[in-house]
Amino acid sequence: MLEGYQSRHSRGFSIARSLHIDLTLLVGLLMIASLGLVILYSASNQNIDIIYRQLTRLGVAFGIMLIIAQVPPRQLQFWTPWLFGIGVILLIAVLSGFGVVSKGAQRWLDLGLFRFQPSEIIKITLPMMLAWYLNDAALPPRPKRILVCGLLIIVPTLLIAKQPDLGTALLIASSGVFVILLSGIRWRFVFASIFTAVAAAPLLWYFMHDYQRRRVLTFLNPENDPLGAGWHIVQSKIAIGSGGTYGKGWLNGSQSHLEFLPERSTDFIFAVYGEEFGLMGVVVLLLMYLFVIARGLYIAAQAQDTFGRLLAGSIAITFFFSIFVNIGMVTGLLPVVGLPLPIVSYGGTSMVTLMIAFGILMSVHTHRKLLSQ
Amino acid sequence: MPRYLTIKDHARETHLFGQRAVIAFVIIVLLMLTIVSRLVYLQVINHEHYETLSHKNRVKIVSVPPTRGLIYDRNGVLLAENIPSFSLELTPEQVSNMDDTLSRLRKIIAISDEDIEHFLRLIKQKRRFDSVPLRFRLNEEEVARFAVNRYRFPGVDIEARLIRYYPRGKLGVHVIGYVGRIDETELQRIDNANYSATTHIGKLGVERSYEDILHGQVGFQEAEVNAQGRTLRILNETPAIPGKNLYLNIDIEMQALADRALGKYRGSIVAMAPKSGEVLTLLSKPGYDPNPFVTGIDNKSYQALRTSKDKPLFNRSLLGQYPPGSTVKPFIGLAGLEAGLGKQSTFCPGWYELQGDDHRYRDWKKQGHGETDLDVAIVESCDVYFYELAHRLKIDRIHDFMIRFGFGQKTGIDIIGELTGLMPSADWKRRERRQAWFPGETLITGIGQGFTLTTPLQLASATATLAMHGQRVQPNVLHATQASADSEPVLRETTYLKPIELKDPAHWHRIIHAMTRVMHSERGTARRSGAGAKYTIAGKTGTAQVFGVAQDAEYEAEELDERLRDHSLFIAFAPAEDPQIAIAVIAENAGSGSATAAPIARKLIDYYLLRNQ
Repeated sequence: MLEGYQSRHSRGFSIARSLHIDLTLLVGLLMIASLGLVILYSASNQNIDIIYRQLTRLGVAFGIMLIIAQVPPRQLQFWTPWLFGIGVILLIAVLSGFGVVSKGAQRWLDLGLFRFQPSEIIKITLPMMLAWYLNDAALPPRPKRILVCGLLIIVPTLLIAKQPDLGTALLIASSGVFVILLSGIRWRFVFASIFTAVAAAPLLWYFMHDYQRRRVLTFLNPENDPLGAGWHIVQSKIAIGSGGTYGKGWLNGSQSHLEFLPERSTDFIFAVYGEEFGLMGVVVLLLMYLFVIARGLYIAAQAQDTFGRLLAGSIAITFFFSIFVNIGMVTGLLPVVGLPLPIVSYGGTSMVTLMIAFGILMSVHTHRKLLSQ
Repeated sequence: MPRYLTIKDHARETHLFGQRAVIAFVIIVLLMLTIVSRLVYLQVINHEHYETLSHKNRVKIVSVPPTRGLIYDRNGVLLAENIPSFSLELTPEQVSNMDDTLSRLRKIIAISDEDIEHFLRLIKQKRRFDSVPLRFRLNEEEVARFAVNRYRFPGVDIEARLIRYYPRGKLGVHVIGYVGRIDETELQRIDNANYSATTHIGKLGVERSYEDILHGQVGFQEAEVNAQGRTLRILNETPAIPGKNLYLNIDIEMQALADRALGKYRGSIVAMAPKSGEVLTLLSKPGYDPNPFVTGIDNKSYQALRTSKDKPLFNRSLLGQYPPGSTVKPFIGLAGLEAGLGKQSTFCPGWYELQGDDHRYRDWKKQGHGETDLDVAIVESCDVYFYELAHRLKIDRIHDFMIRFGFGQKTGIDIIGELTGLMPSADWKRRERRQAWFPGETLITGIGQGFTLTTPLQLASATATLAMHGQRVQPNVLHATQASADSEPVLRETTYLKPIELKDPAHWHRIIHAMTRVMHSERGTARRSGAGAKYTIAGKTGTAQVFGVAQDAEYEAEELDERLRDHSLFIAFAPAEDPQIAIAVIAENAGSGSATAAPIARKLIDYYLLRNQ
């Protein structure tokens, strides 16, 4: 109804519509991205070069998002099994020695022109694959299909965990789980899988690398090792806590500017924000995120077929999940797993992937009417 | 590929999904609230805690050493100053491998084992982020050599520090002392906060005794640092309060004169103003150059000083305990007068015998002084008269009288470490030696031999008391303190001690008169030294036996080993009627008091009383 009203009365909206842009989502994302640049300027010690680079990335990522938005969901649906298959093969390729080792982990494929993380493909294609698979039959899915879904999740997850990239593995597994949850799976299955997950925790421990185990142990008691592995958490908590209600003011975060805070432009950028803008600033950022998430879920609910619904829903929830894990980690609620804060953290690849996901959201929403006609 | 053909119920699926989406949204909002409550916990509830931690993170307190106060003599001549010098310093926190760094440093800069040893001791005591000196007084070449290699040594730096310098070198060393690196026992004693940036501390003399005043108050800089400890800027500064300057009562030119006058002899000269207790000269010869001690003297040079026969390290003025010889005679004579024995005279045949004992106590004059009264006994320094007097007084009366002048006791001079000397008594001998007192020991006590020991300072102080008719003051080296170069010096107050009151004050005059005749009469032992003086000097010679001459042996100075010759002593004050200066001279192994010590005293008295004419 609202859409109809807008399309009748606003020329701008109809232009956006014909370009397959969801203005509400775009505005939300642009707000976050702008705030992100403001934070990054401070976190990078006012390094304008970094801002330019991030701006370029944002431009490219938004561009890709708009291109993806043009692709009708039906097309996406058609390519899904192929894309997923390629993703898994590349993951295996990375592990079988074609990968580039960086910081002790094999995550990259060097394609000459650019380096490339196959796990990023999986981030998008796994929920697509599940949505594609579940789209076939009536919902809620039968146990057997759930089992197949589980398999589809576990294989790439283990491959990524082995790289090792625990954060991404966790994120990808969750995005898959969200699809299943959204598919209307009965609650007893939900509880059963939670139980299984807890039971499988030792297995996860087994797959972890020493440094990951140490991170988990450190998480349990960061003050034990304040200059070693616990340093990140301790310093980050100091930064955020010392920010107080109103913060120390933009560019005034002593923790962040005096290099006490490691990885402050990437994974720990939230601590810089928390220190300089305080609780008030954090709440504003969370509200912006919530706005985007709500819009995503709304788009999912409005989608006209199972594929679009599940995929859109999964994208929205996964987006939240990465926010929650990042902030949880920076504030000491969760172990440090190394996930960036979406749209705000400095970095390229994950931003592009994220924007592709938002492109899909827009596509799902803007192609809706056409589908029904 | 087999497929289940299920009928899709779109309405039901939409409803089901909508339900799940709502549940998901509710959970998301709940989790967001969890984050918010976590942030409230961190940013509101525990804000203060984290703010403190953040502040501690950011701010490093850097201690700034205070400038040590300067030391001047009474005329404003600089005796101890601070000169800039480069030192090699390490900040342990920033050095990743200390052993490796030290061994690589030694390849480009000469660092002794002692430097290393001292450094390693010091870093245990200091905080990790304090800069600790490894080597002092780098020369220009060493500074340059390090500067080129600096990039290889993170945490190592060259610092310009002020180090102590004593321009008069050995001349003042026994008074001024010197500063040296703080050692472990001192670290226990000092206020660690106030000395956090200080590397040196007063070891001896005035430098040690007035350490509190000279040191000053440490300053602090609040420096903003990054995680590597690198200082980014200074936020706040509490400047160090420099130590106060000291003006000593010592007249360093007079001390130089004393040093020259003593010539080849070892010994000590103490001169003081009897009215105020101001110590004008406090010479112990030989001295040594204190400057190498400041930066760490090498072991070889130190051992050479330590084992030298001349004992240059030994402060004879305060620690040297000499038999006073005949210089005690005026005091013993006074004791006799007080005991009512002043009218007796003694016949001196050149020796003295106790009844029932065939031991002969010799007089220095073999042929004897003949009939001798107190005045003659002092003027001519007759031993037999004092044997007899001492015998009548008995040891305990002598002891009780002599300690009133400070013999056998510390003078209380404001330099740490003086010794008491020894004024024997029967009681003392029973206690310390577990032996009875023999009457013969009383006799030799009467001429300042035997157990009696005095320090040159004690002797000068007792002479001053005599000069002042019993008015006693504590000898003091410090004249005034001065907070800064442009502030008014604050004079040290004179400490008066309990005066000696005699039954008959005329006794003072009698003794002093006899002492003037020592200098100014035909028969006075020091008449040559008193000749031509423009004022009246009261003095007394002394010759202290170092070597006990056997009963029948002849004393032949030339044949004795130089070190076994008598010490030459002399005490005096002048002008006798209005004493301005009291002096004690001890020239070791220099023979008779009249020959060596007395002329030296005359020169100094002349200098002091006539220099303004």
